[in-house]
Parts: sequence; C-alpha cells; structure tokens
Amino acid sequence: MNAMAGNYTTADGRQIGGVMMEMKNITLKFGGVTAISDISFDVHEGEIRAIIGPNGAGKSSMLNVISGFYHPQEGEVWFRGSKRPAMKPYEVARQGVARTFQNIALFDGMSTLDNIMTGRLTHMKSPMWRQALWWGKAEAEEVANREQVEKIIDFLEIQHIRKTPVGRLPYGLKKRVELARALAAEPKLLLLDEPMAGMNVEEKEDMSRFILDVNDEFGTTICLIEHDMGVVMDLSDRVVVMDYGRKIGDGTPDEVRGNQDVIDAYLGVEH
Amino acid sequence: MPELTSIPRLLARNAEKFGARAAYREKEFGIWQSWTWAETADEIEALALGLLDIGLEEGEHIAIIGRNRPQFYWAMVAAQSVGAVPVPVYQDSVAEEIAYVLDHCGARMAIVEDQEQVDKIIEIKDRLPGLKDILYVDKRGMRKYDHSHMTPYSEVQDMGRAAKGRHEAELNRRRDAADYDDTCVMLYTSGTTGRPKGVVLSNRNIIETSKASAEFDKLTEAESILAYLPMAWVGDFIFSVGQAYWCGFCTNCPESTATMYENLHEIGPTYFFAPPRYFEERITILTIRMEDASAWKRGMYGYFMKHAAKVGPKILDGETVGFMDRVKHAVGNVLVLRPLRNRAGMSNVRVAYTAGEAIGPEIFEFWRSLGINLKQLYGQTEASVFITQQPDNEVRADTVGVPSPGVELKIAESGEVFYRSPGVFVEYYKNAESTADTKDAEGWVATGDAGFIEESSGHLRIIDRAKDVGKLASGALFAPKYVENKLKFFPNILEAVVHGADRDYCTAFINIDLTAVGNWAERNNIAYGSYQELAGHPEVLSTVQGHVEEVNRSLATDEMLSGCQIHRFLVLHKELDADDGELTRTRKVRRKIIGEKFHDLVTALYDGSDKVSTETEVTYEDGRKGSIKATLEIRDAKTAEVTAKTLEAAE
Repeated sequence: MNAMAGNYTTADGRQIGGVMMEMKNITLKFGGVTAISDISFDVHEGEIRAIIGPNGAGKSSMLNVISGFYHPQEGEVWFRGSKRPAMKPYEVARQGVARTFQNIALFDGMSTLDNIMTGRLTHMKSPMWRQALWWGKAEAEEVANREQVEKIIDFLEIQHIRKTPVGRLPYGLKKRVELARALAAEPKLLLLDEPMAGMNVEEKEDMSRFILDVNDEFGTTICLIEHDMGVVMDLSDRVVVMDYGRKIGDGTPDEVRGNQDVIDAYLGVEH
Repeated sequence: MPELTSIPRLLARNAEKFGARAAYREKEFGIWQSWTWAETADEIEALALGLLDIGLEEGEHIAIIGRNRPQFYWAMVAAQSVGAVPVPVYQDSVAEEIAYVLDHCGARMAIVEDQEQVDKIIEIKDRLPGLKDILYVDKRGMRKYDHSHMTPYSEVQDMGRAAKGRHEAELNRRRDAADYDDTCVMLYTSGTTGRPKGVVLSNRNIIETSKASAEFDKLTEAESILAYLPMAWVGDFIFSVGQAYWCGFCTNCPESTATMYENLHEIGPTYFFAPPRYFEERITILTIRMEDASAWKRGMYGYFMKHAAKVGPKILDGETVGFMDRVKHAVGNVLVLRPLRNRAGMSNVRVAYTAGEAIGPEIFEFWRSLGINLKQLYGQTEASVFITQQPDNEVRADTVGVPSPGVELKIAESGEVFYRSPGVFVEYYKNAESTADTKDAEGWVATGDAGFIEESSGHLRIIDRAKDVGKLASGALFAPKYVENKLKFFPNILEAVVHGADRDYCTAFINIDLTAVGNWAERNNIAYGSYQELAGHPEVLSTVQGHVEEVNRSLATDEMLSGCQIHRFLVLHKELDADDGELTRTRKVRRKIIGEKFHDLVTALYDGSDKVSTETEVTYEDGRKGSIKATLEIRDAKTAEVTAKTLEAAE
C-alpha cells in the first residue's frame, strides 16, 4: 500500500481522505539542543496516526509544534491546504485542533461537567457580560453547548461522575475526562499525548475502545503519542517512528515493525 | 373492551385510561425523558409491526439481553403482541451461559443492548442454528459489523411504521388470539444447582399475581418505581411489567448502572424493592460518611437515631407512644431522619420490600426506625414471586410473613415448605422430569426450603435450603445458611460458607467486605495492595475471629442449632464470584462447587493444621483465566457453652 498517495482504504475497510496536515522539514532547537531535526510527515483526513519512539526522541515536542506551543526554527506546517503562519495555541485551537496532556491538566476543584464545558469555550460567541447575566442569546448558547457536552458524557460513559470534583477522581477517569474536554471542542484533529500512560490493562482496553469509537463515530482525525507498542500497533493506521529527534520510520504498523532502524532503536544496537 | 387477559390488552386499556400519564422514564443526556402510556403503545406497536415484517412466527422465542431500559420492556410486550415468547437473559452472563439459554429455548431472535452483547452473540452464533436475527439498541461502534442479520432497534420500528398497512390486520389477529393460559414470559432460574431451568409463566400466573399483590398493598396508578434489578429476574418482571401494567404506574430506568443511587434520589419512588445486600450497603456508606462528619452532626445523629430506634417502629405500626417521646421524635425527624430518608431516595416510599436472603435484624430495624415501611416477602420464580409477605403493622425481622392472597401453604414432615397458588408456573420448558419433581398433580410446589409456621403469629419462618439442612456426626441439626447469615450480618463479612454435614464440628470460609474493611484499614494506616493481602492481615483475622465467637455465643442460646458453633475458620484469599461459578448470578452460594474447588482448604480445616497453601484459578471479566497462590492461616474460634436446653435432634 502506498500511504503517501492521498486517499486510501485501511485494513478494516475505512475510507481515509486526503492530506489534512503536513509537516515539512521541521527543525526545532532549544539553544544548542536539537529536539527535532528535519522531520516531514503528513496526517490524512480520518486516520489514526501514531508517533512513537524511545524516551527523549522528541515526540512531545512534535505534538507541541502541531498545537502551536512551540515554533520551529525551520520548516512549515500546512493545515487543510494552506501554510500556517506562526500561531498562538488558542488560534490553533480555533482552527479545530484539540489536545490532551501527558500530565493531566484539568481544573481539580471543578466538576467533571464544568471541566468539559470549558472545552466548548471556542464555540461561545456571546460577550462575557451577557454570559455572566445568562441572558438572551447566551442562555440559548449554553443550553446548546450543554447538550453537546452531555452527548460526550454519554459517549464516554462518565454519567456517574458528572458532578464529582475532578480532583477526587482516580487517574484513569481523569484521563477520560480530559479526552471528553478535548472532544467537546468538536476538533477536526485530536492530539493525544500518551493517553494510556500509567493505566492498567483494563483501563487501556477501555481507552483504546474509546479512541477507536471517537474516530469511527465522529470521523475525528487522531494523532497520538504512545509508549505501549501493542496498543499503537493495534490502534493506528500509520506510524511515525522518531529517535534522537530524527525520523527513522514511517508507514503501516506492519511496515514499521519490520524496519531494521526501528528494531535497533527499540532493542538497542552495538556501536 | 376485551377482557384483561394479556399484557398487550392491559397496555391498550392503559393507553385509553391513563393516556397522558407517564408510563416510562429514562434519564439520558442528563435529563429525564418520558413516554406516556399513549406514546408507549405507539412505540410497542411500531416494534411489533417491525417484528412481523421480519417474519416472526407465533410461539417463537425472543431473547432480550440488556440493562433496564424502556426499549427492552417494550420489546417484551411487542413480542407478546405478535404471539412470541420473551426470554430476558442476565446481561452480565458470559457467552457460554447465554449460549446455553438461547440454545435451550431455541431463540429465533435476540434483542440486545450494545456492541458488548452483540460480540457475545457472534462468538456463540455457530452453535445456535435457530438464531436468525439480532436487533441492537445502541449503535455505537457497530458500523463495521456485517449487517446481513443485524438491524438497529429503531430501524425495525421504522420498518414497522412503514409497513403498518400491510401487517396491521395480522397484528390485531395475533393480539386478540392471546389466551389467558398462553405463555406470558419465560424466565431462567439462576441455577443454584446444575443448569438453569426455563420457567414458563402464563398470562394467568402473571396477571392474577399482580392483581392480588397490588390489592394487598393498595398500589395505584400513582406509584412510581425505579427499575434497576436484572430484567431476567422474576421480581423485575412482576414489579416493572405485571404490576406496572395492571395498575398503570410509571417505571423509571436509571441513566446507567453506576448512577443508580443518584437516580433513586431524583425519582423518589413510592414503591421500592431491594435485596438485603442493598440495605446493608447503604448503611455501610452512611456509617462511613457519618464518621467523617463534624462532631456536632455526629452527636445529633447518635442522639436522634437512638431515640428513633426506640419509638420509630412503634410509630410506624401505629402503636401508642408517650407524648414527650413523640415530640422528641418529631424534632429528630426534621433534623436527622428526614434528611437521611431524602439522601437515600426514600422520601416518598410508601411500601418497600426486601427478599431473597435473610436480612440482619439490626439492618432491618435501622430502616424501619427511619420511618420507612420496609417489609419482607418470600417468593420464587416458580410462584411468580409471591408466596408469603408481611402485612403492614405485622413486620418482623425473623419471619417472612403470612401467605399472600390466594396462596395455600403446607409444611411437609421433612420440614419442607409447599405452596399452591394461581401464580404457580406452567412447567419447566422442555424438562417434564423436573416439572414432575417440583410440582405434583394437585398443583403443590416444593420450595426446597425448610421452615415452620410460627403458632403465635401465623407467620412463616424459613431456616435453610431443605437439602442443605443436615446433621453433624453427633446427630445435631446442621443448618449452614442460618449460621452464614448470622456471620454476614457483620458489616466486615461479605460472604461465608459453613461446612459441617456429617462432620464432628462446624468450620467456615469467610470473605471480608472490601468496602468496610478497606475503610477500617485506611483509618488505621494499614497499607494493602490487594484483597488477598488485606484478607490475610493478622488484625483482620482477629476482628473476624471476634465476630465468629460472637456468633457462637448467640448460637449457644438456640435450642435447635447450638451444635452449629464454628470451631475453626479461614479467610479466603479471593472473593467468591459468579464468573468463577462459585455464586449464582443472584449471588447465592453454590455450596457443592465451592466444596469441590477448595477441597484442600476444607481438608485443612479438619486435619488440625494451622496453615494451608493453595492455588486457585480465577476468571477475569473478559473471560480470560489466571491463577492466584496463597498461604492461608487457619484460626481456632472459642465456642460457647450451650445454655439452651438442647432438644433431641430430629424430634
């Protein structure tokens, strides 16, 4: 299968569309340290794309470039057919990119419901004073937003913690709430930074199920970073492999699994 | 109006008589959605027409697998409307158990909830040649499946609406053809011993029972219930279908299994059923919360609860209580009792029942002193639930009440309880032998329970399963469940299995309650990584030993059962689980299987050793198997001197 040729069909019969996001020759440096050097890859409409690699390979940096948190010294980011200028993270978010974090970043004192509602922020049009008074259009807007949030709560099966302060939740559920908040933004592209880190087998299975269902049900394009190779190989349509800031592999899980450079990077090689 | 001899006919009456009243509510997307009786009749008719369009024949069986949702109740009535037999199946059953039931009843169709259930059916489909169609309610994750024999529930309803012209006459014909003695529903017993049996219940069984029991408690169309117990259980069918359709009251379905407490609080039902385990669990939670409350609140709680325990049940039964006591109780009611009832979702409860197991006297009294009319009943699938129940103002913890209206009781010489009633089942499906063993030519049914009728009150008291009642080597009476129940009344003990038939003395396996003991461990800074570790903690063992010795002291005063004192016990390294076949789906102990599976532990209990190493296979939720190893400490418990005058056993 030639994955680079635009539209293609996955092994399980899903139609994948054209290129949604393209990273062209990205290089990112922090002072003298090169975190990412000259990496190019693309993400297609509707696919689940994984970025893997050993610790310190530059995966999270790459995700931060996509979400607009870091600005690469060299290279271009193309999103939905046009070159993206240097943007602030909130501007990227408005373009339809949402993310979760490796170390959960929720508002601990707020309820699950309120946390997810914050994900709707980019969809709120009324001025703040109107929202504060909960008057006129602001009321209708909030009801519509709440409806969307309730659909996500139902989808991720977290009805029972709707009113629980997030700080009291166990880790696995916090991860799910974070995913819910990202989904509330109705993203075109969803970035997941280690969604299964620190989870037990059962929680991982649940999370995998949710990721697949999100992709299937909402058609959301997903780009994820993950350590657990088993999970990555089962979930993703195509995989980018990074090591020491360089790209050492790109292709379907099977192609990547057979790539000698990838095997060396993971198992180590005598120098 | 035709005679009310089937559920679809009751539905037609309700749609006409109570058209604008709510029949079903379900919380979805955070809001209670509701359907009136008129809307319900439409939904059911659409599905029934859809079933005709698929080609369902009269007399075929439809398996229904899902949690309590309006769609599944409609599916049952739609099945009845087209002359088919609904067979609700426990939704947490593993594929193997479902395969047995579907194969045994020869199900033509399965109506299931979601992908999880569909996956189970696909796994076993090759063994079920009779199964032609699968309907599912929740579309999520189902896009990639082969849909040649699979249809979403709502699409079948759409098909039905579209095909109304073509099939309406046939639907009317089948609906009118339903006879009072036709099958209403088939329910599989949980199978304490051997394979589950399909209990066939007729329209007569269900409707007569519902009518009599509704009159007994003066139920009306104004009642409201929360449907949260498994749909495959006869009780849910009687409460949420039989009585609900007979009276025309509203059935409320929780948002999810995990939100049951919250939904109960929101709905505030007027008529409520829960197994003893539920009432116990809520007290455990309440006690833990009270321990965290401020000193002022704790004081108030202690003071007024003590007073309520003294006068609450008396006030409930309308007995005379002194003026000052009444005033004090009224203050307590405002400050403590009413808020507690509200939190428990019991503010509006007029009639509450518990059954299935013995309930601890303290637990029972606690709820009654809160002012809740909690009563006990004794029933079986084979009786369409009701055998005996407690009338208002004659409520006690240790009896199960007087015969329900229309029920005759007799006690055999062996002590086994027999009954005869309009609710007595038709037969065990495809099992004439078992039917004949259970039900005699005159219609008397053996309950399998040993009990006696208390002369002073006329109430029935149940001792144990008749086949479990045995003798110790000394000839003394051995009633394991009676002792186990006494043990389980302690919040720290979740489950107990007592051995002793034909032995010199009694011994026990104990399962600790992880919620209660875990909370204790947290308070005392005792770290533990797993159930197994906590169960083996020396302090936990000492606590359990204290409980066992207390039970022994209480047994010593019982003239019939003083021989059942427990001499040695151990705390099991795993929780007894239905997935491992140790409990039934309704959480009853499967004595024989446990005895075989842990035979090394039983041996150790009787050979005097103080430690035993063992390895046990466990089944995880997804069906995979693993094993756990453990070394268990066996403790000796002090037995008490028998104070009661011992009767000669078997006399």
